[in-house]
Amino acid sequence: MSTTIRPHAETPAGDQPVRLESREERTHRLSVGVLVLLVGVLLAVLTLSTSGTARFALSDVFDEVQLPTLSLPGLPVVVLCALLCLLAGAGFVVGRLSSRLRALAGTVAGVAFLLGFLTWAAAGRDLPFPVSNQLSGTLTLATPLVLGALCGVLCERAGVVNVSIEGQFLTAAFTSALVGSITGSIPLALLAAVAGGVAMAALLALFAIRYKVDQVVLGVVLNLLAVGLTGFVFDQLVQPAAGELNDAPLLTPVAVPGLSAIPLLGPVLFEQNALAYLAIASVLLVWFLVFRTSWGLRVRAVGEHPEAADTVGISVRGTRWSAVLVGGVFGGLGGAFFSLAATGSFTKEMTVGNGFIALAALIMGRWHPVWATVMALFFGFVTQMASQLQTLSTPVPSQFLLLLPYVATVVAVAGLIGRVRAPAADGVPYDKP
Amino acid sequence: MAERRGWAVPWRDVLITLLAFVLAFVVGAVLMVVSDAEVSSQFAYLFTAPSLALGASWDKVSSAYAALFAGSLGGIGPITETTAQAAPLICAGLGVGLAFRAGLFNIGAQGQAVVGAMVAAWIGFSWHLPPGLHLLVALAGGVLAGALWAGIAGVLKARAGAHEVIVTIMLNYVATGLLAFALTTTAFQRPGRTDPISPVVDWNATMPRLEGTRLHLGFLIALLAAAAVWFLMERTTSGFRVKAVGLNPDASRTAGMSVPSTTVLAMLLAGGLAGLAGVQAALGPTVAGTPTPLSAGLVGSIGFDAITVALLGRSRPVGTVLAGLLFGALHAGGLAMQSQAGTSAELTTVLQALIVLFVAAPALVTTVVPFLRARRASLTGTTPTTGGLSS
Repeated sequence: MSTTIRPHAETPAGDQPVRLESREERTHRLSVGVLVLLVGVLLAVLTLSTSGTARFALSDVFDEVQLPTLSLPGLPVVVLCALLCLLAGAGFVVGRLSSRLRALAGTVAGVAFLLGFLTWAAAGRDLPFPVSNQLSGTLTLATPLVLGALCGVLCERAGVVNVSIEGQFLTAAFTSALVGSITGSIPLALLAAVAGGVAMAALLALFAIRYKVDQVVLGVVLNLLAVGLTGFVFDQLVQPAAGELNDAPLLTPVAVPGLSAIPLLGPVLFEQNALAYLAIASVLLVWFLVFRTSWGLRVRAVGEHPEAADTVGISVRGTRWSAVLVGGVFGGLGGAFFSLAATGSFTKEMTVGNGFIALAALIMGRWHPVWATVMALFFGFVTQMASQLQTLSTPVPSQFLLLLPYVATVVAVAGLIGRVRAPAADGVPYDKP
Repeated sequence: MAERRGWAVPWRDVLITLLAFVLAFVVGAVLMVVSDAEVSSQFAYLFTAPSLALGASWDKVSSAYAALFAGSLGGIGPITETTAQAAPLICAGLGVGLAFRAGLFNIGAQGQAVVGAMVAAWIGFSWHLPPGLHLLVALAGGVLAGALWAGIAGVLKARAGAHEVIVTIMLNYVATGLLAFALTTTAFQRPGRTDPISPVVDWNATMPRLEGTRLHLGFLIALLAAAAVWFLMERTTSGFRVKAVGLNPDASRTAGMSVPSTTVLAMLLAGGLAGLAGVQAALGPTVAGTPTPLSAGLVGSIGFDAITVALLGRSRPVGTVLAGLLFGALHAGGLAMQSQAGTSAELTTVLQALIVLFVAAPALVTTVVPFLRARRASLTGTTPTTGGLSS
């Protein structure tokens, strides 16, 4: 898009053509570089308050196979990590790195920051930092975010903006808690969650595709409608008989036989609740659906260029309807997490903005199912880390630690992700000419 | 959407809007009947004794709506309660609407209102200035805080291309968290209290009000803000630039406008207006005469309600004032409905959503209401738009 094109300083030996770097790329590279430098400076400052050894517990006390607790000398590790970050940041700013080296520098900086920060936090504390807890908590917290982001991927790839993931979550949490309480059956409760999510998705599709309502408006309104409807019915019907109508069965962690005995990874990956397994499977399924089936090709076509898709005989409205409804299935499953996996009951507005965070993961993941999942995991990781650090009694006040995931997201969006491009026809209703 | 010329009243739009209200209330009534076990059980006898079922339904619905009406418009007290509820909604709604017109989806009005309320309240209870000046300083502080908070999102969008939806969502959480933290510090917490609540704001910083009612200066400020936004958008170059960038950033760039600085400007203004909404919550007197002290829930969900206000008001100042008054009335009446008719105030949330939904989908209204169908051919897009959000 930019008009100024600066020649890249990179002049590798030989007769390779000189690569040009657009202004956008340059801004992005510089902002990443400055961010990494700042992180390095932060770590350097933290060295002043680092003392003693940092211990990382690789396994829980309850695990069968006990791994040793890792001990790292606090100060040298933090100093090393700070230097690595500064070096990588300088590399980005100077811009003399090939793209492969740049990816390496980015990875090194990320790992160094994480290691340095955790070492600082754990150095000299009474308790070791629980690594396996951290990882399994990440997966648990990310479960609804992953499912919500997948819902968004399907809708938005087809050209329907979905701001109402939150509303789908809330409705599904309500229906699954209600049905689960009445029947006492988890499969039926999950079905009810899917039904709730699909019902909200149908409203989204009806008004976005049939009545061509501005989709951002629609999403906000559907969220409000979900809050109102679930809240009203909860107050009028469920609350007076909470014993029978708001006591759903709870999903318990299921250990995969054999695999769960693997040290460290076993308890993390293979002792989760059914929804977490479903979420992992869903990522693969959605990736396959979107990128490896003809239906997925159609979905992407109507999201990028509906006129062209229409010309070759694809039903734009039909494809959009199907994508939004399939998305609703995942939105519903994500909602079930709150009532069936987290609490076993419904409370008003219990999804507390997770739908919006899923939306953020979707945008940060550039509308790609796998990257959106990575972003959801990132958010889950930072959230879990914040609560783990609270138990270590770091000098940072606990209220600030709770803000960490949100601040980290802002920093990541501003510094690392930069400008993202939505599917071209995202949010544009299709008028058949 | 074409700009309307002159002062011609768009009767068709007015009619559709009114019908949207009627439809929303009808759906609300159905919901009330269905969710009331006692009333809906009467429907078993619908064919043998229809008066039982219909009578019970009528009693249920009419008592709820009567309480809703009485609580919002039935007398001076309720009417001033409506204006008091509407004032912050109008201010924040103006902010969200202004950002919409610049093509920005500002979900962050909530966070901006929270920091606005925080700073205004802090100046209100910890500084001690002469009458008049104190209120002015507190007001300016709150507006500035809101503007700067939104400015973060504006600058990140303009400089790094960070999506404003993500940044404003996250800043909402950060603002709420900061407030929770501040209320545990000595600067904010009321001496002698262990719960997170601040001292009462000085009398000098309290907005003056009509004695015995809830009509206070805040409502006047909200109307003035609406007039100022109208003037800005329709009569100044900056406003023109904001609208142009919202309609087509590429064309604006070609025409020599700076899209980044317009983005920052729009976010600063939007944040200032949302901050003003926070100021209203912090400095507006309650029935007792003093403002509610700062606590975690003081701002409520003003910032999120403001989005629907802006949508219903189609991001125009006059529309936003009307929509703010309507939702203010629903809020005021909802509380009365809950206490007097035993119907959950959540019903007003449903009504709010349905009204916006039906107003946004005129084609649905004409499908449901038969006599409008004949003129369907002349139906023009009256859908509120949010501008170029997908960029």
